Amino acid sequence: MENIESIQQEIINEFDFFDDWSEKYQYLIDLGKNLPTFNEINRVDENLVKGCQSNVWLHAEIINDKIFYTADSDAIISKGIISILISVFSGQKPEDIITAKIDFIEKIGLSNHLSQTRANGLLAMVKQIKIYAVAYDSKK
Amino acid sequence: MKNIYKIREDFPILNKKINGTDLVYFDNAATSQTPKQVIQKIVDYYEQYNSNIHRGLHSLSTDATNQYELSRKIIQKHFGIKNNHEVIFTSGTTHGINIVSSGLESQINSSDELIVSEMEHHSNIVPWQILCEKTDAKLKVIPINKEGSLDIDTFKTMLNKNVKFVSINHVSNSLGTINPIEEIIELAHKNNSKVLLDGAQGAAHFKINLSEINVDYYVASAHKLCGPTGVGFLYGKSELLEALPSYQGGGEMISSVTFKKTEYADLPYKFEAGTPNISGVIGFGAAIDYMNDIGFDNIESYEQELLKYATDRLKEISGIKIYGNPGNKISVISFNLSNHHPSDIGSILDQFGIAVRTGQHCTQPVMDYYNIPGTVRVSLSFYNTKSEIDLFIDALEKASNMLG
Repeated sequence: MENIESIQQEIINEFDFFDDWSEKYQYLIDLGKNLPTFNEINRVDENLVKGCQSNVWLHAEIINDKIFYTADSDAIISKGIISILISVFSGQKPEDIITAKIDFIEKIGLSNHLSQTRANGLLAMVKQIKIYAVAYDSKK
Repeated sequence: MKNIYKIREDFPILNKKINGTDLVYFDNAATSQTPKQVIQKIVDYYEQYNSNIHRGLHSLSTDATNQYELSRKIIQKHFGIKNNHEVIFTSGTTHGINIVSSGLESQINSSDELIVSEMEHHSNIVPWQILCEKTDAKLKVIPINKEGSLDIDTFKTMLNKNVKFVSINHVSNSLGTINPIEEIIELAHKNNSKVLLDGAQGAAHFKINLSEINVDYYVASAHKLCGPTGVGFLYGKSELLEALPSYQGGGEMISSVTFKKTEYADLPYKFEAGTPNISGVIGFGAAIDYMNDIGFDNIESYEQELLKYATDRLKEISGIKIYGNPGNKISVISFNLSNHHPSDIGSILDQFGIAVRTGQHCTQPVMDYYNIPGTVRVSLSFYNTKSEIDLFIDALEKASNMLG
């Protein structure tokens, strides 16, 4: 498993290929469509991320000291953003998730295209991902 | 009507570029844009006579007071209000409703019923829920039908001797429905119930004479009428406003203060505690003047033309579902495209420079009724054009292709 930093760099490189915002959005939409199916058992209110304009469910489980995230949303662009976050964080150790510096969002130029409402939603997702990591880390 | 391109020159913001393309502003039901005549009036206030009103004897204060009171006269005349002191300046529609709902606490008891409708903005639901929590009164709800109209037959059956108050919007902000308010007011009055009319959405689209419709209370906001944000007014019949306790204590609303007892000022000042939004009120008056110069008859017929054009063009797109098809509606269209989430459509439209509103529009009960998470809402104003609608339709088709 690659570390969080190198995965972020790959995402940044990937977005560098895109010429304009519509290609970035198209990429997010395609990622959203390919997000693995969410287990319906986990579609519960406790897994709802607060602060998103659409419903976002985020579930975490720990396997061999690593956290695996699954998620879903009723909006496709949100699903695309979630897909990227999962690729960054899923399968990582709690302590690495807690200390990870997240700068790819800025660097892929997406923040310019996200309304404040959506940017807040994204931050809420990152926060929730980290909260799960803190919770598992403290249980060790 | 004055030439549309001349009108557009009055609105500096309409020249703005978003992502290098022209702004198409279709979120007028949330906030309308401000013409330079109104902006200039606010600038004049700060440059020429910024000072507190009703207190100072100096020239600046006199000018500010005169302009502030002139706005009250403009609003009185425009809305067909009998007495000048029946116009209370507020921070907006929500504030106005809260003055009334909180003031009624001592007049409402546990056997009473209050009526709102299923299509109300949350601002016209929550204050009444709070009043009901405090008094144990019951809140009843007039249902809507599939067309997005109020079920008046059911309303008739809901009226009984316990119904003290009916609070209803003139126009639905999420569906655009124009409600049959004359009929509602008449039915309520026959039942000895008072009526508050939420004019937030109606006031910008047609002229209304409050004395003729004989409504008891009326509230509206300036920012939906080409005026500044954070200002609005409450109208109430004199005898009703006099019977309501003041909402906030402070300066301006008193006639004498001792530690033994404070005497409150007469209307309208007893509800205007503290230094008000003076520049906002002055801008509000200027905005009403501006819209009257354009002419409300002109505004109404032009907006109806835009509504028809936009509706027809939207219907050309496959997978469009428009919510609400009432007989009478303002230039608001709420829709969804296939099963795409409204926020996805809104985000992509925004990239094309097109400003629409997505979500529940503060009317969760309406969304629950249609069993949808929200809609995309297009709200058109008299300064919009058919070519802007064409740009919007093109962008919507592109969004549809992107989302697949």
